[in-house]
Amino acid sequence: MSNSILDIVHINNYVILASILFSIGVLGVMFRRNTIIIFMCIELMLNAVNLLLVAFSTMHSDPGGQVMVFFIMAVAAAEVAVGLAILVMIFRNVNSVDVNILNRLKW
Amino acid sequence: MENLLWLIPVLPLLGFLINGLANKRLSVNISGGIASLSVLGSFAISILLFTQLVANPEMVVQADYFQWLRAGSFELNFGFLVDRLSVIMLLVITGVGFLIHVYSIGYMHDEEDHARYFAYLNLFVFFMLLLVLGSSYVLMFVGWEGVGLCSYLLIGFWFKNTNYNNAAKKAFIMNRIGDLGFLLGMFLIFQTFGSLDYDTVFTAAQLMQFDVPVLTAITLLLFVGAMGKSAQIPLYTWLPDAMAGPTPVSALIHAATMVTAGIYMVVRSNVLYVMAPFTSEIVAVIGLVTAVMAALIGLKQTDIKKVLAYSTVSQLGFMVVALGVGAYTTALFHVITHAFFKALLFLGAGSVIHAMGGEQDIRKMGALKKALPVTHFTFLIGTLAIAGAPPFAGFFSKDEIMASAYVYSPFIFAILAITAIITAVYMFRLYFLTFHGAFRGSKHQADHLHESPSTMTMPLIVLAILSTVGGFIGMPEIFHAPHFLKEFLKPITAYADSYHFGHVSHMFEYVVVGVTLVVLALVIYGTHNKYVTKAHVPVPESQLTGIQKVLANKFYIDEFYFNLFTRPMNVLSRFSYEWIEKGFIDRIVNSFGQLTNGASGLLRLTQTGTLGFYIFGMVIAILVIMLFKFVI
Repeated sequence: MSNSILDIVHINNYVILASILFSIGVLGVMFRRNTIIIFMCIELMLNAVNLLLVAFSTMHSDPGGQVMVFFIMAVAAAEVAVGLAILVMIFRNVNSVDVNILNRLKW
Repeated sequence: MENLLWLIPVLPLLGFLINGLANKRLSVNISGGIASLSVLGSFAISILLFTQLVANPEMVVQADYFQWLRAGSFELNFGFLVDRLSVIMLLVITGVGFLIHVYSIGYMHDEEDHARYFAYLNLFVFFMLLLVLGSSYVLMFVGWEGVGLCSYLLIGFWFKNTNYNNAAKKAFIMNRIGDLGFLLGMFLIFQTFGSLDYDTVFTAAQLMQFDVPVLTAITLLLFVGAMGKSAQIPLYTWLPDAMAGPTPVSALIHAATMVTAGIYMVVRSNVLYVMAPFTSEIVAVIGLVTAVMAALIGLKQTDIKKVLAYSTVSQLGFMVVALGVGAYTTALFHVITHAFFKALLFLGAGSVIHAMGGEQDIRKMGALKKALPVTHFTFLIGTLAIAGAPPFAGFFSKDEIMASAYVYSPFIFAILAITAIITAVYMFRLYFLTFHGAFRGSKHQADHLHESPSTMTMPLIVLAILSTVGGFIGMPEIFHAPHFLKEFLKPITAYADSYHFGHVSHMFEYVVVGVTLVVLALVIYGTHNKYVTKAHVPVPESQLTGIQKVLANKFYIDEFYFNLFTRPMNVLSRFSYEWIEKGFIDRIVNSFGQLTNGASGLLRLTQTGTLGFYIFGMVIAILVIMLFKFVI
């Protein structure tokens, strides 16, 4: 396939979009207190990277990027499973999903 | 005979090992028996060697065992050399040593640490034998150091008493000071002659010129060692303090053997000393001053052992004077006779102390001759011997020393004669105060007075016999009998004899003998009068004044040394501890710990526990890495 879509929507737009999405994800992980929201922001970061990978793959006509996306999606799924399991255990112990409650591993 | 030579020192070493390792498992009699038998074995072999050497004047028994040191061109073999000089010393050491070991069985009967005592005693005999058997200065030095060590161990035998420990330390440290001189002398010998074997050094020395400066230096340095070991001025103060040890130890080490090591060393090196007249003069003067000073101090001592200790220092002074005037055989003669009668006197004193239940102050004794007949009689013989009464042993050796001194310098002879008179005075003072007059002790002591057991009295009797007949090995010419000792030692002193020497006239000898008899009679009468008839008892030190106070306080030499050496050393030590150790080094070392603590105190502040802070850190880190990667 030719780079038809990239003639219409320039690669720069994809890069900017992915960067913005990634930054939103990073800021969300840093500043949100709800653990579930933090998980969602992590997913957001991963998906931003996915998007960028696909865009570059189309640009270079290299299927390698899309293969990588598959891997990332699989890993993200597994990670979410484990993360949610941990979250449930934490909730059972402290009855809250606020991240700032878990601060006893300090000096 | 060479194949038995190694047994002589090894037997006491075995005794040391057995007694030292078996320790509390052996009873007094068994451990003492083992110790005594080992020394007896060495004595038997020494007798065999002696008979061989008597038959053959030029014979020397030698055995090299292994090559000990090799450094470049310097080689040293570990070997023994037994010539006529060594064999005499061997006989004295093992013979008197055996008697003292037997005596110790009785004396230390109630001591629970007896195995350690006999182990140390055997170790001492081992080292002393090494000293006299060695074929080189290095082996002599091994024995020299070893006997110093054993002296320390034995003086501080009752180590739970701090004063005894201090006395032991004093003895060892003073010995060490002398040893420094000895070592320097050895270095100089090596540098001059290239070897430290007796054979090599003495044959090479005879080829040198008379009165060469290097020989003077060597002999002076070696004599410094002798000053420490044989308790001459200024290194003599350890010997009276050494009386803190058990009495047989005082008898063996500080009367008969160890202190004579210095004399032996000079006699062995007579080739060197006869070629260094300046040193010989210094030796004679030091010996003279020591003899006089110690005799004067002995006049005013009230502890039975201290009197004998100062007497030993004084008699050693006599021997050293003999060395200084070149009469090496005479010095050795006095060593032998002194070993007999001084060991006898010390053992007798031990018997008295044993009977008095540990009392050593003669002011609390008196009238002991009835309760201790054997001790009394043998002690009397010892006193007569040391005072120089004919025909006892001390008369002949002392007479010979004074005659040789007269040839060298009449002034020295005069001072020696006065010292001999003082010797007689303080010895008879001791004798009369202890054994005659009225008993001045407590009732408890009077009830417990008893003669010592036969293990203690037999050695006394043997030594008394030796003190009586021992002088006959060296009769002066006027008695028309051969001087056995001089003949026997001719091969040893052959070179030195070639330098000598005047002889005193027969008239002089007769006069000296006559005057000795008269003066001795006067002294005995005078002391008997003062201490028995008039029952004068020495007053406590606090009541003394003037010259008597100075003498009783030993010329204040101990205090002088304390202020001159010990005090500054203590100040320096305290300064080093407070300012350098605690103030400086400790501060540096501690600062490392404090630094670590401070740094960790700061670093732990990063562990806040909040998740957001950690993620923030991660993000910042990634940004910084990317910054460095793409911008720089």
